[in-house]
Amino acid sequence: MTHPATVAEPLVRLRNVTKTYPAARGRNEVRAVDDVDLDIAAGDIQAIVGYSGAGKSTLVRLLNGLEPATSGSIQVGGTELVGLRERQLRPIRLGIGMIFQQFNLFESRTVWGNLAYPLQIAGVAKAEQQRRISELLHFVGLPDKAHTYPRNLSGGQKQRVGIARALTTNPSLLLADEATSALDPETTHEVLRLLKRVNEEFGTTIVAITHEMEVVRELADHVAVMENGRVVESGAVYDVFSSPKQPVTRRFVGTVVDDEPDAEALAALRSRHPGRFVKVELREGGPRQTDIFAVLLERGISFELVFGGIEEIQGATFGNLTLALDGPETSVDEAVRELAALVTTKEV
Amino acid sequence: MLTVLPTDTRLGELWPDIWQATGETLLMVALTMLIGGTLGLLLALGLYLTRKGGLYENVVVSVVLNVLVNFFRPIPFIIFIAAVQPAARLIVGTGIGFSAVVFSLILASMFGIARIIEQNLVTVPPGVIEAARAMGASRARIAATVVLPEALAPIILGYTFAFVAVVDMSAVAGLIAGGGLGSFAQTFGYRQYDPTVTWVCVLILVALVQVIQLLGNTLSSRIMRR
Repeated sequence: MTHPATVAEPLVRLRNVTKTYPAARGRNEVRAVDDVDLDIAAGDIQAIVGYSGAGKSTLVRLLNGLEPATSGSIQVGGTELVGLRERQLRPIRLGIGMIFQQFNLFESRTVWGNLAYPLQIAGVAKAEQQRRISELLHFVGLPDKAHTYPRNLSGGQKQRVGIARALTTNPSLLLADEATSALDPETTHEVLRLLKRVNEEFGTTIVAITHEMEVVRELADHVAVMENGRVVESGAVYDVFSSPKQPVTRRFVGTVVDDEPDAEALAALRSRHPGRFVKVELREGGPRQTDIFAVLLERGISFELVFGGIEEIQGATFGNLTLALDGPETSVDEAVRELAALVTTKEV
Repeated sequence: MLTVLPTDTRLGELWPDIWQATGETLLMVALTMLIGGTLGLLLALGLYLTRKGGLYENVVVSVVLNVLVNFFRPIPFIIFIAAVQPAARLIVGTGIGFSAVVFSLILASMFGIARIIEQNLVTVPPGVIEAARAMGASRARIAATVVLPEALAPIILGYTFAFVAVVDMSAVAGLIAGGGLGSFAQTFGYRQYDPTVTWVCVLILVALVQVIQLLGNTLSSRIMRR
């Protein structure tokens, strides 16, 4: 006898969520978010990627009611947000932190004052405020900046203050709206590591909006790809990176992972390398590089890796290797057939 | 010998009156800035909060406030002071004298101040307001604890500008016997062919404006530097 699997309720549950902006002078109705279904499990880091205007910024603002949805259902922690009034949303927002691309710190308050603000809204006692603020300043590594004004902080420090401020009320959900897009690569890495720690140490669920696949790779467990207001593809980061299905997803994945050379690159490669070009897809748990190379070596085919490489995502490796195979035509034919039996291949 | 300033000036005997007139100007301007400044700030908040995309977006209120401000603001004060005389009689009991002038100054300055402060408030980045909303702050709390503090430095400069404009306007007080340095300079300087007296009044006004401008600049940049 089997027991029915107890599936944990997702922390965030979106069903048929649509957000339209009514037509105005000189502009048609805009469907910013179009019939989106999405489940985000508690403790997960969910990335949402898309180009500008894809609707991801609107989508994340639906999750704390900064923008009201036009239709559909949005549940956060079991509470339905659609249809709630501003007054009813306010206590819910105390449990949802948010950080921003431009940090949005209060310039008129010190770092301490910035962290105290949400605690004051929550009506937390002064002593508890102090304990919490000092704890979080240590957590983000800025205990000596308590009495500094934001204008005297670097971009990375500002975002760390932003993160600390968003965490003061112990939210179960943290919304990150392009949190690293205004930062240099080094600082981006630091902030992503900090967000990872937030997730691991506090169990905070994170929804991160980004247009950088590097951020998705480094931070997220799951990723949803948006285009024209719709979620066109979603899944575990490894799955989406290793086998992107939609063209838009392929373009995004292609920014960090080499798939196959485009026409221009191919022409350049052909002028330098003789032989047939075959793309070989390696996946975690499948045949390894040594298996591939053994097939070629067996037949005395000389080969060269001309494009692609091996990637690691969430501890799992995969790669798309384009090989130039040179040798007697019959041997190459045989080898290509044998490779095709082992892994997914494609002649390019 | 060419003399720029005539030697037969009554300046010596007029000093006590000049100081009294200076006091009147200071009092007029102070009362105006206090009451007109407060009313102007409230009006500015009304304009700012009800505008499109504002925290209390409301087309009707916004249009009404804008029409009101745009109606009163362009009226030259010398005409305004005469035009609001009936209202002054109704509210402060008299159409002439010190109280009537202060009444007119408050009314006229409040619309100008409203526009200036509204423009200061608009400089607050919308993202900061959004951040406060995301934290669960109420709209009234955001207006009081985010919008005003974040715009404080430019607001101080705005009030400084308004102060200087009110000093300028207060010179017209003589029209309805309101006193002050402006009307003193007209009566005892200009009309009695005594440019020395005129210039002394001018210099006192200039000094007053300089002091206030310096104070405003210092205070504002101190806030901005932090």
